[in-house]
Amino acid sequence: MRFALRRVGFFVLTLWAAVTLNFFLPRMMPGNPALAMMAKFHGRLSGQALKSLEVLFGVGTHQSLLSQYVHYLGQVATGNFGTSLFFYPQAVSQVVLGAIPWTLGLVGVTTILAFVLGTGLGIVTAWRRGSRLDGLLPPVFVITSAIPYFWVGMMFILIFGIRLKWLPYTFGYDPSATPGLNGPFIANVLEHAILPALALLITTIGTWILTMRNTMVSVLAEDYVRMARAKGLPGRRIMYDYAARNAILPNLTGFAMSLGFVVGGAILIEYVFDYPGVGYMLLQAVENEDYPLMQALFLLITVAVLVAILLSDIATALLDPRTRSAR
Amino acid sequence: MAMMRAPVGPEDAGSPDAALAAALPAGGGRTRTAVLGRLVRAIRANRKATAGTIILVVFVLLAIFPWAIAGGNPNAEVYGRSLGPSTAHLFGTTAYGQDLFAQAVWGTRQVLIIAFGAGLASTALAVLIGVAAAYLGGLWDGALNLLTDLLLVIPLFPLLIVIAAYVHSSGTLVLIAVLTLTGWSYTARQLRSQALSLRHRDFLEAARVRGERSIYIIVVEIIPTMTSLIVASFLTNALYAVLFASSLQFIGLGDPNSTSWGTMLYWAQNNEALQTGQYLWAVVPGALIALLGAAFALLNYAFDEIGNPALRPMRRRRAVQRRRVRRG
Repeated sequence: MRFALRRVGFFVLTLWAAVTLNFFLPRMMPGNPALAMMAKFHGRLSGQALKSLEVLFGVGTHQSLLSQYVHYLGQVATGNFGTSLFFYPQAVSQVVLGAIPWTLGLVGVTTILAFVLGTGLGIVTAWRRGSRLDGLLPPVFVITSAIPYFWVGMMFILIFGIRLKWLPYTFGYDPSATPGLNGPFIANVLEHAILPALALLITTIGTWILTMRNTMVSVLAEDYVRMARAKGLPGRRIMYDYAARNAILPNLTGFAMSLGFVVGGAILIEYVFDYPGVGYMLLQAVENEDYPLMQALFLLITVAVLVAILLSDIATALLDPRTRSAR
Repeated sequence: MAMMRAPVGPEDAGSPDAALAAALPAGGGRTRTAVLGRLVRAIRANRKATAGTIILVVFVLLAIFPWAIAGGNPNAEVYGRSLGPSTAHLFGTTAYGQDLFAQAVWGTRQVLIIAFGAGLASTALAVLIGVAAAYLGGLWDGALNLLTDLLLVIPLFPLLIVIAAYVHSSGTLVLIAVLTLTGWSYTARQLRSQALSLRHRDFLEAARVRGERSIYIIVVEIIPTMTSLIVASFLTNALYAVLFASSLQFIGLGDPNSTSWGTMLYWAQNNEALQTGQYLWAVVPGALIALLGAAFALLNYAFDEIGNPALRPMRRRRAVQRRRVRRG
């Protein structure tokens, strides 16, 4: 119980730190960049919108920093992130809500796939140590881990989109299609998701393979595995029930963490494929100096990670009693 | 049954690879050339380390002497526009009439400066904070540890984007500073736990009894024992510095007038190089980033194998054992 309380306490603290960072960053920068942005949009904004921007960025107000800060916290706590400047007159929260499903669909599914496939491959490579597969996979994925993943996306666009013309590579669906819950539209959406998903899968799967393989290699050297071998248990049983089962914990906690990174984890893939998710919106906001939208998205991405970490900590404590006593 | 040849850890501590880890911290007693000789031997004994070192050395040479193979100002818009590859322009030219080969060669410099600058600085900061937290203990440990944890859980790339967005077109120094300030936490966490495990060792007690100051004990007694972890951390941090800096430049948050691979990608993307058939403009800089990243990743993986013998490929192990038998 004490452990859970401490984790929740840390969660709240980090959340506060992220909000505070959001508050101070624009104010710390030389010549408050928000000032230039406000000047640009001055004529177009309604009085109400202008006011909420003043609270968010501290422009034009003559309050002390402290009272600005209190104001800011209040506004963020009530979910008021102001009006998006680029998607004016939509509220920031509206834009964000529209982007979330796209990211969850694309990156969420890909993350699960990468975890399942990668862990499986890791088990097999560790089990067949010295085989050709084991000789090939680790070095290959050491190298792929160093490739910028947005560039892999660009190469996929070049090869499968532009040269071979197999698949579409821009946006989440055809601009000519009317969105709706019908067969053709869903097929269209799926078609548009294949290339970005593949690019993401290729670049993320290596970590799962390597972690699983390396943990399992250590576990395979343990006495209880040798014991199982000496008892003459079938290889498959040792591989799954003895070795993989005990080696999977690091991958499982990593998986829980990576679920948190789904929301903000594929920013550049979305950017390269013009995929209308959270990451694409974040870069749109950056490019067009839409700071209110940018702040809200950064906070959303951080909160997602924090929640995932909290849940994975609690799950680890439940699954592995040793971690509880260690604290 | 491949498994029966499975390695058992400790007996391997005497292999030449592991000797590297042991030799570096203890270097004081030996001459410098002996340590260097061991390092060279360790690199040559591990194929991944050999490949990584060769790639890295080539890039360092390119960064120092770019004019040797690509003269002139790489940003000068003096050639024909969007030319294909030829003997005059190995990779062709950009839509602005710049030579892509020259840009690729001259771009090495900034990337390497960022990789080594941010890699070294963030590792140094991590050493300072991690070891200080572990050694000082108490309130210091609590505060530094909390700071580390906070930074550790805030998603790094979005944070970098937000900071860079406020800064507007970050040059080399700004990129290094931002990457350093945001990138030290993971290493600090690792070093802290390593230092914690050392805290009550005899040689530290002895130093304390001798009345040495904390700073002396940290710098001279504790840090040298962690050399291999520090080197591995530096390699990881350098790799991430390359990837993050290039990514930021790619989305236009770097200095668009600088010559670097990330900036090349930015201009390629802006001019729709892929859609207009100027493939090399996008392919070359990305491949170079991947190659440099691979060098760091390979060296890091090799270091992992040196530190954890169980991970080494099987064939290598037998060769090592044979050599040891021959020597013994």
